[in-house]
Amino acid sequence: MINGVSIDFYLVLSAVLFTIGAVGVFVRRNTIILFMCIELMLSAVSLLMIAFSTLHNDTSGQVFVFFTMAVAAAEVAVGLAILSMIYRNSKSIDSDTLSNLKN
Amino acid sequence: MLGYTITQWLFGILSFLAVMFALLVVFSKNPVHSVLYLVLTFFCIAGHYLLMNAQFLAIVHIAVYAGAIMVLFLFVIMLLNLNEQHEPRRTSVSRIIGVIVAGLFLMVLVGVLKGTEQLQLTNTANAEAGLIKNLGQVLFNEFLFPFEIVSILLLAALVGAIMLGKKEVKENVNENRI
Repeated sequence: MINGVSIDFYLVLSAVLFTIGAVGVFVRRNTIILFMCIELMLSAVSLLMIAFSTLHNDTSGQVFVFFTMAVAAAEVAVGLAILSMIYRNSKSIDSDTLSNLKN
Repeated sequence: MLGYTITQWLFGILSFLAVMFALLVVFSKNPVHSVLYLVLTFFCIAGHYLLMNAQFLAIVHIAVYAGAIMVLFLFVIMLLNLNEQHEPRRTSVSRIIGVIVAGLFLMVLVGVLKGTEQLQLTNTANAEAGLIKNLGQVLFNEFLFPFEIVSILLLAALVGAIMLGKKEVKENVNENRI
């Protein structure tokens, strides 16, 4: 129990948020929205990490989430730079047109 | 109030809002609206952090995600001029298949994760574990080396982003000179 809320509720909440992010990755074709869905999945996992950190009364989980945020920031910076370069070259950010590596 | 404490009410409201805004992120047509709904989702998640006594991380989550990363997304959307809705839709068959696959994935996740409550825990919750003083002591004692590595990672990402963004401009300048 975390302040009267069972850990099972946090498990279900972050599973639902993660799945919504996965639905976005499956359904959308706009690469920027795919990126946002990946961020959503990442923060769902962070939420669960903090829930278990509080449950076990162990601060290491929170430090780990701190590192995850730094990595997410780096990932977004590089990813969006790649995305804007792809847009400059192919004038499209549709994920289905990015198949040049296939041939 | 109906046998629930204030914390449980807040948990329910924040969870409902987070799930609603996350659905709106996925299903809104305009990318700018998606970004704004994602900011609201992050605020709800930061509220959950506050409920779990992770005060420092709640503030950092708002500052980094809602403040920095989402502004970066908005910048790119405006730079690429994607405000109009010219995204080609997937065929309805592949969308339905995607939703079904994700639903099965959710079932597997919940089935695997349930029953964790049965763990026997001896520790009692420490309300001050998430304050910056305690977190900083752990960060700079046990995790000092990863902290330095993260700074190198951020530097590498900075240089990489600048290199990726700059390349094309240089060639254009050379062409103009010729």
